[in-house]
Amino acid sequence: MKEFAYFPEQASSFASQIDLLYFALIGITTFFTVLVTVLILFFAVKYRRRPGNEIATETPEYKWMEVSWSLIPLFVGLILFAWGAKLYVDVYRGDDADRMHIFGVGKQWMWKFQHPDGRREINDLHVPVGIPIKMTLISQDVIHSFYVPAFRVKHDVLPMRYTTVWFKAIKPGVYHLFCAEYCGSDHSRMGGKVYVMEAAEYQAWLASPQVEGGPNRNTDFGGGKAAGVASVTNAGAGAADPLDQPGQILEVQGCRACHKTDSIALAPQLEGIFGTTVELATGQTVKVDENYIRESILNPNAKVVKGFVPVMPPYAGILSEEQIMEVIKYIKSTSGAKGAGQGHK
Amino acid sequence: MSYATGTSTNQSPARNYLNAAHTVKSWLLTVDHKRIAILYLISVTVAFFLGGVAAFIFRLDLLTPEGDLLRSDTYNRLFTMHGVIMVFLFLVPSIPATLGNFLVPVMIGARDLAFPRLNLASWYMYMAGAAFILYAIIAGGVDTGWTFYTPYSTAFSNTHVAMTLVGVFIAGFSSIFTGLNFIVTIHKMRAPGLTWFRLPLFIWAHYATSLIMVLATPVLAVTLFLAALERLAGLGIFDPARGGDPVLYQHLFWFYSHPAVYIMILPSLGVTAELITCFCRKNIFGYKFVAGSSIAIAVLGFLVWGHHMFVTSQSPYAGIVFSVISYLVAVPSAIKVFNFTATIYRGSVSWESPMIYALGFIGLFLIGGLTGLFLANLGTDVHLHDTYFVVAHFHYIMVGGALMGYLGGLHFWWPKITGKLYNEFWARIAAALVFVGFNLTFFPQFIVGYLGNPRRYHFYPPEFQVYHVLSTAGSTVLGLGYLLPLFYLTYSLFKGKAAPANPWGAKGLEWEIPSPPPTENFLKPVTVTEEAYAYPLRKPGAK
Repeated sequence: MKEFAYFPEQASSFASQIDLLYFALIGITTFFTVLVTVLILFFAVKYRRRPGNEIATETPEYKWMEVSWSLIPLFVGLILFAWGAKLYVDVYRGDDADRMHIFGVGKQWMWKFQHPDGRREINDLHVPVGIPIKMTLISQDVIHSFYVPAFRVKHDVLPMRYTTVWFKAIKPGVYHLFCAEYCGSDHSRMGGKVYVMEAAEYQAWLASPQVEGGPNRNTDFGGGKAAGVASVTNAGAGAADPLDQPGQILEVQGCRACHKTDSIALAPQLEGIFGTTVELATGQTVKVDENYIRESILNPNAKVVKGFVPVMPPYAGILSEEQIMEVIKYIKSTSGAKGAGQGHK
Repeated sequence: MSYATGTSTNQSPARNYLNAAHTVKSWLLTVDHKRIAILYLISVTVAFFLGGVAAFIFRLDLLTPEGDLLRSDTYNRLFTMHGVIMVFLFLVPSIPATLGNFLVPVMIGARDLAFPRLNLASWYMYMAGAAFILYAIIAGGVDTGWTFYTPYSTAFSNTHVAMTLVGVFIAGFSSIFTGLNFIVTIHKMRAPGLTWFRLPLFIWAHYATSLIMVLATPVLAVTLFLAALERLAGLGIFDPARGGDPVLYQHLFWFYSHPAVYIMILPSLGVTAELITCFCRKNIFGYKFVAGSSIAIAVLGFLVWGHHMFVTSQSPYAGIVFSVISYLVAVPSAIKVFNFTATIYRGSVSWESPMIYALGFIGLFLIGGLTGLFLANLGTDVHLHDTYFVVAHFHYIMVGGALMGYLGGLHFWWPKITGKLYNEFWARIAAALVFVGFNLTFFPQFIVGYLGNPRRYHFYPPEFQVYHVLSTAGSTVLGLGYLLPLFYLTYSLFKGKAAPANPWGAKGLEWEIPSPPPTENFLKPVTVTEEAYAYPLRKPGAK
């Protein structure tokens, strides 16, 4: 990394749009700052107290003056607001069709990521250039925040709730990944590097053997005082824990006793349900999305589908966040829904 | 004003509120608003000193990217200590409880506040809250940040969180008591003839501030109480593992803490209006606009809390509403700055130390306010949220703004409060040091913030180091600028020349009574017959 920086790299498809607004804001605020500062200094010197100016001069109050310096800031402000709101809605909250999905878990004090093919990494994140990527994020403990300054992307990562954020990297390189929400002792060590790679390079990286235990907190960033995260190991894609395969999870945990693949027995059929809207026992309806499935696994009786009795035991504390994500991925893949975790084609 | 026209005396009377009694008990059990102001002045000065020392230590540590001076846990405790002390024990009470306590009754021609005993109780609540907070610090500290975000604060931190929450909870009552007292006093105890639109703008600002104190502080109290219950009794309110919602905490917390920023800045805006008019010898330009803008800021300030949560999975529709209301706050703020500027036009400007603080205030408030536009903006806030850009922005408002106003006001009314004159030369040096040191400390933080340096980071990438070195260098200058007044103001108490009743030639009831004032404030009934700031003016073109 560089010795000195004065402006962050523009490494995502929308970074330049955000920066354009930033420069517009700088231009406008600088104009008003200079205007007022110069006027104040000019008046304060020109009208300084001295012989002949012991008494101030009456200044008539013009209504048009008050009105104009109320309305001009209002008008300028509303334009800036609208510009920012449009970017927020279009860019940060844009629709999420056709995106490669990466799943991330934040915990004190590390990030764990899982790629569509099952490949995992800790603290570092490898992504292909030019492909829109949707991150689904959750925290295992306190609130964290996923922040890649070069992408102008940030989103809080909440415990017990999925949040999503997307970006499209446009420039191969190595960038900072930070946790932006204060999360305790090693908050400032929670992060690493984002590696933006050409598609072929990324595929080669996916195929490369996985190093046991992810790389530690970037070593060029404070060397020698890293948190003890190296002991956390993660089996690679090649040697995946059978329990992490969705089919296995559903069998081993006994889900299949009720959630049968071929008939509707004691419980709704999982296959094909993602993205549909189901009616609840209360008469309300709910869209089957990641958060609903997650809630139904951990606290099944919260929203029971109409026609079923609440007999499922809660799985909170039994499945890890990664395993829950695997189940969701499986349900999505059988639903033919958009973004079924199969990545880009 | 007609209270003492022609009879204004330059001699200090034999008896005044300071020498009325000398025992410790006469101070600790006083119900004189002026003495309570002094008690507060001493307390908040100690708090400011402690908060400042904490900041200086972690700024030294931030000289190197590896944080060679402190451990991360110590660093986290220090920035929390700095934030908690500065916000709850210094900034919130600073102007209202010291200058406000002293001046609100005097400026409206009253003998005291409406509830003198409540006023004393307010100081005791402050001290009790401070005792809890200081005990928590001595016992090992707190590491949650002054925001106490859940579930970190309620379920994960192993530090003295509950003790601190209780301290802040208790200290909150001191604000509520002060606010209540001011509202009633301003409504009911104005001298005959002192109509609402004849009030000094200092009073308008304190009225607006009091509204926020009374309406917002209880929400903070409830929030912290719930957080303490969750931590101590395991009640599930904010911790999702116990069925709570951590984002609910943020909504409740910022419902107080955003308006709290206006508790800090509005009194400073009021002080600045007094300083500008006095040192320009001129009435304020657009009195009703300046007065009304205080109320507008207070009201709008209640409706913008969600702009702290643009990246917290708040609904985009909510984000849009909070963003546009935040932009509306820019209007009354701009009105204030433009009216101050127009007041200087054709004034008779003298550059004494309080005026230097006032001009510095306008400059820093301007930058602080305008950089708020970057953060209220949905487009740029995603990148800037929780970075040093935010740190720089709110220090420009809360330190650049609020503290410059406080120091300017303290210098302006020091002769009135103590009856002594301080050394003007050193006061100007200090004012200049504070202005330069402040900018050097915080301006680089805007740049490193846009580069992406998150706040509350003990370690940071080496390419950010130059900005941190500049910041630390600035904080040294700033620290010097803050220490100087401690010396020359204290010196003036013992060796300073006796102050006349009106050393600045200012308008206002407080300048028509002796310095220091007698315990009763006014020795005969007060009637007000003219507008505020009725300085003699000449017609345009006249000689």
